[in-house]
Amino acid sequence: MDFFDFNLPSYGWSTVLGSAISGVFLGSIYALVALGLTLIYGVLHIINFAHGALLMLAMYAVYFLWQAFGIDPYLAMLIVVPGGFVFGYLLQRGVIGKASHGRDEIILLVTLGISIIIENAALFFFSATERSVRVPYDLDGFDLGVTFVVYPELAALGGSLLITFLLWLFMIKTDTGKAIRAVAKERQGARLVGINVDHIFAVCFGIGVACVAAAASLLVPTYAVHPQIGYLFVLIAFTVVVLGGMGSFVGALVGGFLIGIFEQLGRLYLGESLGVITISFIFILVLLFRPSGLFGKPAG
Amino acid sequence: MSKKINIQSRRQFIKTISAGTAIAATGIAGFPLIARAASPVKVGIVHPVTGWAQYSGSQCRFGAMMALEEINAAGGIKSLGGAMLEAVLGDAQSKAEVGAAEVEKFNEAGVSAIVGAYASNICLATTQAAAKHGIPHVVDVGVNDKIVGRGLENTFRFGPGFGIITKAGADSFLAINKAAGSPTKRVAIVHENTTGFGAGIAGLMTKALQPDGIDVVEVLPHPTPNKDFRNIALKLKEIDPDVVIPSHYYNEGVLFLRTLQRQKVQPKAIYSVLGGASSQYRFVKEFPEAAQYVIDCNHWFDPKNKDALAVRRKTEAAGKHFNYEVFLAYTAMKFTADAIERAGSADRGKITEAMAGSNWSGHIMPYGPTKMENGQNIGARPLVTQVQGDEIVVVSPSEYADTKAVFPRPA
Repeated sequence: MDFFDFNLPSYGWSTVLGSAISGVFLGSIYALVALGLTLIYGVLHIINFAHGALLMLAMYAVYFLWQAFGIDPYLAMLIVVPGGFVFGYLLQRGVIGKASHGRDEIILLVTLGISIIIENAALFFFSATERSVRVPYDLDGFDLGVTFVVYPELAALGGSLLITFLLWLFMIKTDTGKAIRAVAKERQGARLVGINVDHIFAVCFGIGVACVAAAASLLVPTYAVHPQIGYLFVLIAFTVVVLGGMGSFVGALVGGFLIGIFEQLGRLYLGESLGVITISFIFILVLLFRPSGLFGKPAG
Repeated sequence: MSKKINIQSRRQFIKTISAGTAIAATGIAGFPLIARAASPVKVGIVHPVTGWAQYSGSQCRFGAMMALEEINAAGGIKSLGGAMLEAVLGDAQSKAEVGAAEVEKFNEAGVSAIVGAYASNICLATTQAAAKHGIPHVVDVGVNDKIVGRGLENTFRFGPGFGIITKAGADSFLAINKAAGSPTKRVAIVHENTTGFGAGIAGLMTKALQPDGIDVVEVLPHPTPNKDFRNIALKLKEIDPDVVIPSHYYNEGVLFLRTLQRQKVQPKAIYSVLGGASSQYRFVKEFPEAAQYVIDCNHWFDPKNKDALAVRRKTEAAGKHFNYEVFLAYTAMKFTADAIERAGSADRGKITEAMAGSNWSGHIMPYGPTKMENGQNIGARPLVTQVQGDEIVVVSPSEYADTKAVFPRPA
């Protein structure tokens, strides 16, 4: 295939289809990480630089639950998700909220500081050694003909769909969800109608961290845990949030899939290194035509 | 009474002080060398202990520190009156520019030599920074041949570079393939292309295999770190080569081999050249199925050397995996200490001279006689290993081989 005098490699349809399908699975991982972020970044407008560090911390929690008590990573979700919520709530209430005095630029620095502390603490206590979880079913799965799908990948895909649905339901149907939306839209107005804004901020942050904890449970059977693991996903997760529309869960899901598919196809044709420019390409293209993202509402 | 005692005590005190001062003065004047020699010799140890290479960097630091502690426990540098080696630690954070900045700090701290810095790109930067200050720098792992190919007089590598390793790897591969009835016609190379060593190996390997009628049908580079190998696995499925030759770091090695396993890509053999995970006990222990029958041409210790086995036991007793990072950094530190011993001085220039003329033989590696040519020990060479069961055995060259290679691997 020739493209502006640049020879693109030619692959059979099964390889291309297999690559696109693998993009869906990769995208589901991006979406998982982005879901917590879209709540914190998109709804509360907190640029949470500690998101990657919190993901790493949750992955360590899942790993140690497996290592110490033999708890399956998926069952560990029952422990790490509530634990993540409490940790996130206390972090927002006790550290971020108090230290930032409501100023965005201070929030940014506080979350950056938290990420540095968490990462270095992990390095100190857990060392740099990568730790892998072996589950008996990690090689089991089924053959789609063009690619082999293992159950951990399927679980990540199902998990991202389920969490998106649950978050959407929570935001639409519950009073807390409505309060979060009210605080996101008009903070002062929400306070005037009796909403405890500080509490809602902390709840929202807690839910965001709980989402990260769920993502951690779904990632651990595939990815080794180490103090830098968060960086692999969090930068793309920020892109996914903006691409999908800030605060939109469906946007995070669709954005994750889009980026995953384009990234994989880009890597297939342009090579593993150059291929990632397709992420920037699709990002710029979408924002040119829809500045508020795919599912974001225009400002004002 | 008490007054008298005081006077006597004062006299005794003055006497003692006078005698002490005289002894001290005699000591300083009469044995100046010993007085100077007691001061420790500082050695900079720089590795990426944070960032993407943090695991390997930490392993290197462990190996270097183990050697340094052994040297000090054995009485330090004897030609300097038992001077202890003092480690000045640096973290390159897996970034070349940070590694270079650490060298500047070492210079200010007054180090006599540097050991480091694991990854090729970091070694290129640290050796260049060290050259500015004339600090002798012993590269422990970095295999890029440009490290010792730039005419820097301060740079030394005791282990082999990728040129030596790839030649040995290609020769052994051709011999193993021939012994099995030459079943290999088409190979694919998968290599890292961030730090420079993978691309070098791919080029050399392609040239080395072609004369024997083996076609390199695809070369697939990838970045380091890399989080996904599914595309590469799909390409390999379509190309269907007889043998896959990977060259990358540990994390990518694990992910790549696991992805091949998950995607049911089953070539006749996986023959790595500096395969990262392919000859690591940790990988064999954690993923025995993915590691089974993987062959690797890589740094390896002398399996018949008692000291090497003692270092392995010591490493494992410390809860660490005995991998090439550990024994290469260990050896680099011992080589550095030997050069300081030979130089009889902490002077950077004299240590550099001692390194350049070194014929050190007290190491644990399967190398020929030590001879430095342009900073490279031309006696250095790799071994070819294969994972068989839960052990990593040497399959080539014959003088070190434990057993024969299983090639092609069973379906």
